[in-house]
Amino acid sequence: MNSGKETSMKYIFFAAACVSVGAVVLICIFMFANGVPAMAKIGFGKFLFGLKWKPDLDLYGIFPMIMGSIAVTSGAIILGVPAGILTAVFMARFCPRQIYSALKSGVELLAGIPSVVYGFFGLTAIVPLIGRIGGGSGTSILAASMVLAIMILPTIIGVSEAAIRAVPSGYYEGSLALGACKERSVFFAVLPAARSGIVAGVILGVGRAVGETMAVIMVAGNQAVMPRGIFKGVRTLTANIVLEMGYAAGLHREALIATAVVLFFFILIINLIFMLAKNHAD
Amino acid sequence: MKQTSQSYILRTLVYSSAGITAAVIIGLVAYILYMGLPNISLSLFAVHYTSDNASLFPALINTLTVTLFSLLFAVPVGVGAAIYLAEYARRGNKFVRVIRITAETLSGIPSIVYGLFGYLLFVTAFKWQFSLLAGCCTLAVMILPVIMRTTEEALLAVPDTYREASFGLGAGKLRTVFKIVLPSAVPGIVNGIVLSTGRIVGETAALLYTAGTVAHIPGSLMGSGRTLAVHLYSLWCEGLKTEQAYATAVVLLVFVLILNWISGRLEKIALTGGKNG
Repeated sequence: MNSGKETSMKYIFFAAACVSVGAVVLICIFMFANGVPAMAKIGFGKFLFGLKWKPDLDLYGIFPMIMGSIAVTSGAIILGVPAGILTAVFMARFCPRQIYSALKSGVELLAGIPSVVYGFFGLTAIVPLIGRIGGGSGTSILAASMVLAIMILPTIIGVSEAAIRAVPSGYYEGSLALGACKERSVFFAVLPAARSGIVAGVILGVGRAVGETMAVIMVAGNQAVMPRGIFKGVRTLTANIVLEMGYAAGLHREALIATAVVLFFFILIINLIFMLAKNHAD
Repeated sequence: MKQTSQSYILRTLVYSSAGITAAVIIGLVAYILYMGLPNISLSLFAVHYTSDNASLFPALINTLTVTLFSLLFAVPVGVGAAIYLAEYARRGNKFVRVIRITAETLSGIPSIVYGLFGYLLFVTAFKWQFSLLAGCCTLAVMILPVIMRTTEEALLAVPDTYREASFGLGAGKLRTVFKIVLPSAVPGIVNGIVLSTGRIVGETAALLYTAGTVAHIPGSLMGSGRTLAVHLYSLWCEGLKTEQAYATAVVLLVFVLILNWISGRLEKIALTGGKNG
């Protein structure tokens, strides 16, 4: 009598485990089934490499948005990655015990703050500042990059710190024993050993930055044109979807879903690289 | 000589980066509090939203509703999946690898893609229209990997001696799981729920085109309503209510602070094995 319950519960647990597989399959099916036909209708080349996004003229080229996403993400990496990795080094190796828990909960707070709040902060604090320096309204690649850099900090710090801590203490001590000072030991013995883990953290941060929507919409300016300089506005793939989904219909709407497919494809590739890097680290 | 100057530079870099990070954290929080706290007033918590008071009370209630139902959908599935992975699956099983890879894929998908998926499946294909239910289902899929991962980690942290002792006393697998393993893993599981709550409360992009942006409390789950984060975004779109937007940002920040504090406590409890740590 008990064994029947045992096996049936086992299958229930198994079914629960299958839900995540089913969800991924469903998401893929729905995105591709709705997006790919539109791409075919517009023409893959025209869609991916078209320079004009003018739905009222039936022109659906998302190349400016692809470049926009790449521009703000690169900016976020340039600003956020060095600060993130060095802060992780500080937290893992240099931080006095008294500061550590405060800094750690501060970083966790950064990770928890909703993206609209970041966007709002960027809009009211960073954008006017940039407007004063670079002229114009201030909504720009630079503003989006700065906000994104802050947003990916906790990801990079968290993963890098764990990677640095996972390096066997023999590396550090061996280097000290050979006469290297603390800083050189950390940077030339410990950090290279933690490289794969740190790279995984950076890739995870890139995924966050590419997929971020709300914060970017509020500070990037959203002009559907090619990037023309860090003080000029751009529109990202994510922003394109949210801005126009509300009123789009027909082919326009399908083109937006196709935009999401392109974004989804980017993210799948980034995820794949992340998993490879992580496996390498383990 | 070379070594000392180089190490001096490296040390300066490390300390200044940490300084910048700390300054960003403090600056961000201080700015939001400074701009928002003076704008918090009683009219913001009026029961009904009007374009005059821009009350965030309906959004607050909607946030709680959405959180509750998303968790209700996701937690049983996530915990069940974690039990399968931690207690039943054989090591090296091909299918288990598939489950892990899909869970990891899910956690990497951007929220706007979830939003569109929810819109295509729940709003359009199921004909639920913009509704809290569509929003909850979308968010449930989104937080599933978080619940799975934290629960599995908590289950794996339960020592095998617990299970062996239970088997030794004649308990079956199921009884061992429910009476011995799960209770010991509760702090970890609750921490997963807290983390998921944080994601739900802060989510905007996945809700815009599933739950919609109506500023009132809907009569049922089939009605549309905006959560706090969507409320903040909508205020920005309308462009006039900056004071109320600041105040909403403060309320969201307070939510995050509370959730982080609870999560920190739970991690401590989980580390000390639940001995009144």
